[in-house]
Amino acid sequence: MTAEATTEPRVVGRRQRTAGEKGRSVLWHLCLLASLVVVLYPAFWVLTASIKPNADIITDLSPIPATITWENFASAFDGLAGVPLWRFFWNSFVIAALSVIGIVVSCSITAYALGRLEFPGRKAMFAVVIATLLLPGQVMLIPQYLIFSELDVVNTIFPLVIGKFLALDAFFVFMYIQFLRGIPRELDQAATIDGAGHFRIFFSIMLPLLRPAIVTSSIFTFIGSWNDFMGPLIYLHEIEKFPLPRLLQSYNNTEAVSNYGGMMAMTLLSLVPVVLFFLVFQKFLIKGIATSGVKG
Amino acid sequence: MTAPPTAAPPAADEAGATAQAKKQKGAAKRRPSLSRRGELLTGYTFMTPWIIGSLVFTVGPMLWSLYLSFTDYHLVLGGDFIGFENYRAMFEDPMFARAVKVTLLYVVLAVPLKLLASLAVAMLLTQKRRGIGFYRAAFYMPSLIAMSVGMALVWKALFAADGPQDQFMSLFGWEGGGFIGNPDVSILMLVLLSVWTFGAPMVIFMAGLLQVPGELYEAAEVDGAGKWHRFVHITIPMLSPVIFFNVLMETVHAFQMFGPAFIIGGTAGGPAWSTLFYTVRIYALAFVDLRMGYASAWAWMLVLAVGVVTLIMFRAAKNLVYYAGEDNR
Repeated sequence: MTAEATTEPRVVGRRQRTAGEKGRSVLWHLCLLASLVVVLYPAFWVLTASIKPNADIITDLSPIPATITWENFASAFDGLAGVPLWRFFWNSFVIAALSVIGIVVSCSITAYALGRLEFPGRKAMFAVVIATLLLPGQVMLIPQYLIFSELDVVNTIFPLVIGKFLALDAFFVFMYIQFLRGIPRELDQAATIDGAGHFRIFFSIMLPLLRPAIVTSSIFTFIGSWNDFMGPLIYLHEIEKFPLPRLLQSYNNTEAVSNYGGMMAMTLLSLVPVVLFFLVFQKFLIKGIATSGVKG
Repeated sequence: MTAPPTAAPPAADEAGATAQAKKQKGAAKRRPSLSRRGELLTGYTFMTPWIIGSLVFTVGPMLWSLYLSFTDYHLVLGGDFIGFENYRAMFEDPMFARAVKVTLLYVVLAVPLKLLASLAVAMLLTQKRRGIGFYRAAFYMPSLIAMSVGMALVWKALFAADGPQDQFMSLFGWEGGGFIGNPDVSILMLVLLSVWTFGAPMVIFMAGLLQVPGELYEAAEVDGAGKWHRFVHITIPMLSPVIFFNVLMETVHAFQMFGPAFIIGGTAGGPAWSTLFYTVRIYALAFVDLRMGYASAWAWMLVLAVGVVTLIMFRAAKNLVYYAGEDNR
């Protein structure tokens, strides 16, 4: 079924739209819509779970709630242990915003140096960037923790964002370099002849042209930071400082037994910014991944 | 467009070399020494954050954890150099065998299933039909939220005892309960969660598929090649660099699965260690048991494993991956 459908020649424009062609089109849509129902079911489930009364969430199979309640959202807004929900949103937002700024600034200058300039050691540094692309981060985790506790910054967001300001996210450095390669070198040469220095070239020529890379990396960094769990799990221990993933995890450990609906409402709310971000920027995002291979 | 990392370093070097040559030619008329020095100065200025970051937070910690892996360092109690004792102990540790089994099972199942799903849908979505943009966005969406704590909690609920899956199946006489509490299949629910993110590689496959010249298919059709033959002899070879890139990245990521596994199975990888992922065990050893020396040995074992797998893949790629326009190696 799939094999037959998938190997369809892609150029159908030259043919007349015959009845068979129409039938195939209907089949194609049915095929995709059916898989879409399966794929989007979990997301749809949270949506309805959050407006079902507590007792119904797990046990009521029907996706359409028998009774609708807004109580779950009311209790979700109360947050956890006296800390209101908006506070966790704010914490998540601050970490994400700082991460975005850090990534854009550090990766663009690093990529410019590695992709456009010539200096001793450049090749070796580029090789290190590529190697860290594949290196499991877990191997640095323990010493990093020891360093941060020596610096007395555990239980602050410093450990979560400093790496972004130091261009340690090899994926984004690589992505920026890929984008830079697409920018004709004649531009730099013309600017050099006009007497522009490297700083000028970088700020007035490269940065504006890098805009697609900047947008793509910003979206991915924002979403990645919004979803990040391991970092906050290791470094943040005070509930007032928790971002949303830590809140959800704590809520699941403490309150979920008595208030499942509250947790589902919280879960839904925590996913909303990511989905909104996606809907607004989806064209950029998908183009960005397609050209650079970056993933969420 | 989607340059696989294999092709990247040489390309960069070539580009760098030609640029240097051009620069030197152009600069010969002007003041060569100043321009060269400017480039050196700017280069290192721009590289400063990365150099500091790499030394302090990447290279330094790697060497440090390598050293720690030869000690019995405990966060509170301290520790001494004990040679290869940690590595020896690992192979007698039942938890190590469990974590390796769970992680390998996950990698072996999740990566191929996810990539097959993504390739199949990508092929459907590269036909010229209406609504492509909508479908592409809808299929891509889950990969942005799937690895969040929120979705892990949803997954837990969907496959809980008396949850939707249990109830739905009991309509057909199922009495086995929820999948997530069942040690025989709980790992499969994490595989399913991973397959759910097929949208990310799908988009990369789509970009690759659209690059395959249509004339190839037309020529093959004229020669009487069937759909299957066109798929095997045109699509697969032309797509092989993209396939290689996806397999490589998905595999490396799969080895490092953490968040959802932690939420669903906890630090003990419940039920009955069936979701005891390797990274979850590293976390538990280092930050719950505070046995940081032993945990470092585990982490280095992961680096070795991922390194070997990556190396094998690059070797295999030399024979299997076809780069159009290059001498086929």
